Amino acid sequence: MSANLLRRAALIAWTALVFAFIFAPIVSTVVFSFNADRFPSLPWAGFSLRWYEAIFADASIQRGLTNSLIVAGATSVLATFLGFAAAYVDYRYRFVGKIAYTALVALPPTVPVVILGVAMLTFEGRVGLSGTLTGVTVGHVVLAAPFAMALVRMRLADLDPDIEGASANLGATPWRTMTGVVIPFCLPAILASLFLTAAVSFDEFMIAWFVSGVNETLPVRVLAMLQGQVSPRINAIGAIVFIVSMTLVVLAQILIGRLLGRRSKEA
Amino acid sequence: MTGSKAGPMLEIDRLAKRYGDTVAVADVSFGIEKGEFIALMGPSGCGKTTTLRMIAGLDTPSGGEIRLWGRRINEDAPWEREAPLVWQHYALFPFLSVAKNVEFGLKQRGLPAAERRRKAMEWMERLGIAGFAERGVDQLSGGQRQRVALARALALEPEMLLLDEPLSALDPHLRVRMQSELVRLHRELGITFVCVTHSHSEAFAMADRVVIMSEGRVQQIGAPREIYRRAANRFVAEFVGGNNLFSGTAAAAGEGLLRVEGPFGTALAPRPADVALREGGEVTLVVAADRIDLGAARSGAGNEIEAKVVTLEFVGSSVTVFLETAGGAELRIQRSLRQIENTPLSPGDAVIARWPQDEGFFLPA
Repeated sequence: MSANLLRRAALIAWTALVFAFIFAPIVSTVVFSFNADRFPSLPWAGFSLRWYEAIFADASIQRGLTNSLIVAGATSVLATFLGFAAAYVDYRYRFVGKIAYTALVALPPTVPVVILGVAMLTFEGRVGLSGTLTGVTVGHVVLAAPFAMALVRMRLADLDPDIEGASANLGATPWRTMTGVVIPFCLPAILASLFLTAAVSFDEFMIAWFVSGVNETLPVRVLAMLQGQVSPRINAIGAIVFIVSMTLVVLAQILIGRLLGRRSKEA
Repeated sequence: MTGSKAGPMLEIDRLAKRYGDTVAVADVSFGIEKGEFIALMGPSGCGKTTTLRMIAGLDTPSGGEIRLWGRRINEDAPWEREAPLVWQHYALFPFLSVAKNVEFGLKQRGLPAAERRRKAMEWMERLGIAGFAERGVDQLSGGQRQRVALARALALEPEMLLLDEPLSALDPHLRVRMQSELVRLHRELGITFVCVTHSHSEAFAMADRVVIMSEGRVQQIGAPREIYRRAANRFVAEFVGGNNLFSGTAAAAGEGLLRVEGPFGTALAPRPADVALREGGEVTLVVAADRIDLGAARSGAGNEIEAKVVTLEFVGSSVTVFLETAGGAELRIQRSLRQIENTPLSPGDAVIARWPQDEGFFLPA
């Protein structure tokens, strides 16, 4: 019994240690973002909001944040729309080459982002999109749409194949069936996908670095700043980015958790 | 395009459905009168559900025609038809309340909210689910879901209701109750019911007429009694159950009678007028299990066959007695529990199976 307890305590301690190791850098970033001293060293020089004041006074950072928010917003809507459409095609139709189709849709996240970034730059340079926020958004949609598809697909797997027929049988046109049955059913997955794809875009650095040109997104701006000097302002930006991304991911996780919870209850 | 109101309400004319090389429905024709309760019955894969889906417009025929009041409806979209379907697994909308499910069809028809609310309530009350109006459908039992599915379809007040295996997903004790409820609804509403089932007891208990299908073709159409007493072919005789099929060689035997000899023994039956049965040829005699009597000794009247009791099977208040003749043929006899209690039987007993000559009939050659 006590050996059992000991083993249990050791396991908990080990798990805590792993988490500490993973989160220490993030925690230190947040902690030192409030440090009055400009060097991230102990002892702490006292609480201060000066680095936050500094970044909110910096026009280039504000531009970067605005750009990131615009790109993340546009990406989440477009990627979710495309992901939903791709998942619906997979759910609804049977056709030759379907496996190739789903593999192709799921492919982009498996391509190294450096390659994706270079490819995007080359291609968008030719069609006149490089250096624009539209260009960054296009790149992010390519990267994020597969996540949207995966989420919606998971939800559609639970949709009774007779439901659409039942809807048509009761007098609903295909459009009414889509808006009144399929989309409401997929809504939790669609919302989760909006949050998750926004987070993917908000954090993404490599494609944005290649494509954005003068319209830097926040991660690109951060790297540019790091190359000039190591400033505690980075910690403040890091803390903000962390909060935004975590909020989006946690919201997505809650929705996904609900989807899975419902599924296991029904099974 | 009004069409004439004379003739059957719905005509299925040489209907066919093929998926690539697979034939789901080969050639099916029958008519349905207004207000009739029709059962499409057959083993799985016989094409009954595909036929129903084509009536609803959910599948497009590869050949033939479906006419409603004389008008071809093959090309009508499912949402343009008035043929609501009660699905085997109900296919309720999981994210809507019971009331919203029942209102769904009315909403598609553009009824104002108050109106459809009232109508939905009416049907929910009629089907005894008004108390669950605001619940989600995933909180209901199978029987309650079935009622929601019925209310959802009937709220449209159609002239024809389609039912796909409506009882198969229910518990056995609910099945019997729902069966009589469907019959009652049909009588009260006076609309046409087209019901697909694989169970002959369901079909025969509920339907005015039964269409028996096999391998995409109609095997027999008729009232339940008619099909029970005069199977049109071997498939029907075997599928409806409760029949003895005696194979043997035919021989002439007096005025209007034919004698059959086989492993079961010898029996006489009326010579069919419409079938060319050759003397000396192979024939199959059908005798319903509930028309055969049991006795201890020969009486000299009708057909009499000596056999031994093999086993007794008790199902509720009816008992099936399995016998074996000296020639190795099997006989099944339907008795009531009461009859068995009055004259007990046990395996190994020697008995005489007896039936009047005109109770047997020959299958077409």
